[in-house]
Amino acid sequence: MSLRQWMRGGALRFLMVFWALAVLVPHSGASAAEDLGTLVTELGAASLSKKQAVVDRMVATGAPEVVPILEALVGRDLYTRKSDGVVVIGQKTSGGKLLLTDPLTGSEVGTVGSREVKRIKTNNRLRSSVKAVMGTLTLMSPDPQRRLEAADGLLKSSDQAMLPLIETALAKEADAAVKNALQLAKASIKLQSGSAEERLAAVQSLADRTDPESRVMLSRLLLKDGDVWREPDETVRETAGETLASMERRLEMWRTVEHLYQGISLGSVLLLAAMGLAITFGVMGVINMAHGEMVMLGAYTTFVIQEAFRSLAPGLFDWSLAVALPAAFLVSALVGIAMERGCIRFLYGRPLETLLATWGISLVLQQTVRSIFGPTNREVGAPEWMQGAMESVAGITLTYNRLWIILFSFCVLGAVLLVMKKTAFGLQMRAVTQNREMARAMGIPTGRVDAMTFGLGSGIAGIAGVALSQIDNVSPNLGQAYIVDSFMVVVFGGVGNLWGAFAGAMSLGIVNKLLEPWAGAVLGKILVLVAIILFIQKRPRGLFALRGRAVES
Amino acid sequence: MSLLQRLYAPQAQEPGKGRLASAILLTVLAAIAILVPLLNLTVPADSAFHVPTYLVSLLGKYLCFAMLALSIDLIWGFCGILSLGHGAFFALGGYAMGMYMMRQIGDRGVYGNAELPDFMVFLNWKELPWYWYGFDFFPFAVVMALFVPGLLAFVFGWLTFRSRVSGVYLSIITQAMTYALMLAFFRNDMGFGGNNGLTDFKDLLGFDLQSDNTRAVLLASTCVALAGCYLMCRAIVASKLGRLIAAIRDDEARVRFLGYRVENFKLFVFVLSAMIAGLAGALYVPQVGIINPGEFAPANSIEAVIWVAIGGRGTLYGAIAGGVLVNYAKTVLTGVIPEVWLFALGGMFIAVTLFFPKGLVGSLPAAIDWVKRRIGKRNPPASSPLAEEPGQ
Repeated sequence: MSLRQWMRGGALRFLMVFWALAVLVPHSGASAAEDLGTLVTELGAASLSKKQAVVDRMVATGAPEVVPILEALVGRDLYTRKSDGVVVIGQKTSGGKLLLTDPLTGSEVGTVGSREVKRIKTNNRLRSSVKAVMGTLTLMSPDPQRRLEAADGLLKSSDQAMLPLIETALAKEADAAVKNALQLAKASIKLQSGSAEERLAAVQSLADRTDPESRVMLSRLLLKDGDVWREPDETVRETAGETLASMERRLEMWRTVEHLYQGISLGSVLLLAAMGLAITFGVMGVINMAHGEMVMLGAYTTFVIQEAFRSLAPGLFDWSLAVALPAAFLVSALVGIAMERGCIRFLYGRPLETLLATWGISLVLQQTVRSIFGPTNREVGAPEWMQGAMESVAGITLTYNRLWIILFSFCVLGAVLLVMKKTAFGLQMRAVTQNREMARAMGIPTGRVDAMTFGLGSGIAGIAGVALSQIDNVSPNLGQAYIVDSFMVVVFGGVGNLWGAFAGAMSLGIVNKLLEPWAGAVLGKILVLVAIILFIQKRPRGLFALRGRAVES
Repeated sequence: MSLLQRLYAPQAQEPGKGRLASAILLTVLAAIAILVPLLNLTVPADSAFHVPTYLVSLLGKYLCFAMLALSIDLIWGFCGILSLGHGAFFALGGYAMGMYMMRQIGDRGVYGNAELPDFMVFLNWKELPWYWYGFDFFPFAVVMALFVPGLLAFVFGWLTFRSRVSGVYLSIITQAMTYALMLAFFRNDMGFGGNNGLTDFKDLLGFDLQSDNTRAVLLASTCVALAGCYLMCRAIVASKLGRLIAAIRDDEARVRFLGYRVENFKLFVFVLSAMIAGLAGALYVPQVGIINPGEFAPANSIEAVIWVAIGGRGTLYGAIAGGVLVNYAKTVLTGVIPEVWLFALGGMFIAVTLFFPKGLVGSLPAAIDWVKRRIGKRNPPASSPLAEEPGQ
């Protein structure tokens, strides 16, 4: 570092400290602007060597208007008008003339020829020092984003001379993110150049944090250069080690929370997909291998509805899902009823044949969709309120679309429970499940109830398709991806019980996501499948088994 | 036993028809084993009687599928266990043979590494994993092709049959089993080549796999193996053991009350069936030249079940016919109009369950009877041609 550079640096540091102290003095915007007005005039009149001092005083006002003036100064756009000596900002227009604006208010004050104004002279040295000052000026900028950038810059440079400035800024700062960054910068500076006590205090001040920067900072203290510790003081080292360990523990906890969220989210997707299956398989005893295709039909219905919205009423796009929900329910339910009336009802009491026939139907449905919509993925958009994510501490993001799906799946579960328990149709459905002959003897039209039950199960699958279209690719194979998992949920949870499906879906989803970090996604899934296979040995009828005569038949 | 005999008499009622079908099947197999290689190797290529080499391999492939169908018929048709995971046993047998042929490549691979197969070199593995030891040795690989599927079936069956998991539950669990295996074999660090599987085979027992002679011999061996498995299955289902197995299919609880350890019988059939599937896989891989985790896909296993259903379950020869015919139809249809194949397959699933529950060989006599009745109304058959479908 040459002497000259050092000098300049020193001056700059001094300047900033000075400025920082100056901004402590309360001032009103009006008086600052007034002061600034005289200062600006002074700047126009000052000789090159005095300009530095004027700039310093301008900065010391702490007014936000200083920034455009200094920018103009650095960009050589600052002029004095020859006629009256007023300082103006000039911008070249296409006609070779200058458009003048008032530096304080930004209002236009006329267009003049380039000879009527005189450029305020600067030199390299002044310009670079002004640029540096502007960097820190932004720490007081009203825009939190710019303050944050400035604070991050301070963390990178970790310059000891900035410490008073940081303290000042910290005292004033209201924005949490900027405050956070400033504290980090402060700790970093103290760790690098403070006394042992200060370093210890800095380490302790980091104790509540979990961000990667502070962890890097602490772990640096625990490094050795050859045989020499980077951090000479043992207490500081020990405290740093403990703090780091507690950080990791907290981080681990947060990660677990994130995995739980993902698990619940996966669980709710599984629940949506499995709920319909719980009705057709659980209540009716029908193995519907085409269930996944009902989900797929729901997703494609969403796609079609959205396309219609895009071309007919783009402004109402956010409402497309509200239309897609009943439409998907209807489409899937109608296909389901057609399936039941046309094929499955002839196969009651022959579950294995039902399985094969519905598998055949699933192939036909898949190929139909592939022929109509093509084999590639279709794009389904998300309404605005489902986009984005919630960011929380420690870098955990919770996306809104998953949150909506979790809420939605609970609503669907509630609605289905209501239908099952509180409506005449639900009563008939349960009666037919428990004793078909007796139900028929009591005058319940079992055939129609069968068809409606199957329609309900399929319709719920269609609704699941609407939800899935928001988080998964809409392709003809969509259903295939979920069918094994949905069966696992129903088998695990116990047949014929919606709460079983709920418990099964949630435990499967959560266990899957908790296993994922240490076993990997694929191995985690394999482990879950093996666990279910073993679990079925212990409880062949699932977690919530139905008891009584109906089971044996 | 007498009660059982009386109860399940329909099964043993028509020994003559079974014998006739067996004779036809064995004759056809013998003809394929002898004539096709002869026509392929000795008849000049421009002759009308020449059988092209691709047809030899195609036939071999069909017969392997037929063997898989046979193994499914043994447990589904006779023991009532619908396995949707038989593709897993087939693939495991295939992998065992594939591993042997991988070792046979030696230093002729792309990387020229005599110690490690290409994909391991590619993944930067330093030494052969322990489970690859012994696969340089052909008899070991053959034993493994039978033993590994058998062991898996034993463990799986022992766990499930003992806790009386049955019916659709068992079907779904077998599906989960093959699904889990598929996911596992897709992983690179399993050491089975990841999603590329095992391929680029050069020779088998020193014979070049590309040569017509080797292909002919492979076809003939497949015929012999299929005939052998068929005769074995035939012998089993015709024996007292076979009656018992059929009795388990029709009323498991009653057989248990009669004092039989049902789970042991089921386990025996299940393991035997898995081993036949494994053998089919081991014969399949050298003829198609590749084995990859896609063979574990649940859809493959279900498709194999439909071969049996279409051919006619509970007959053994029907399953073989179904395996060959459906795959022939698949070759033809996917060649002409690929989109139609899934419609056709789906339609077959639906039609066969709704209208022809006894499959082709079951419905054929009924159809013949019907035609006969049409022609000569004087002589109506005494009994209904469609016997009661065995309940599940």
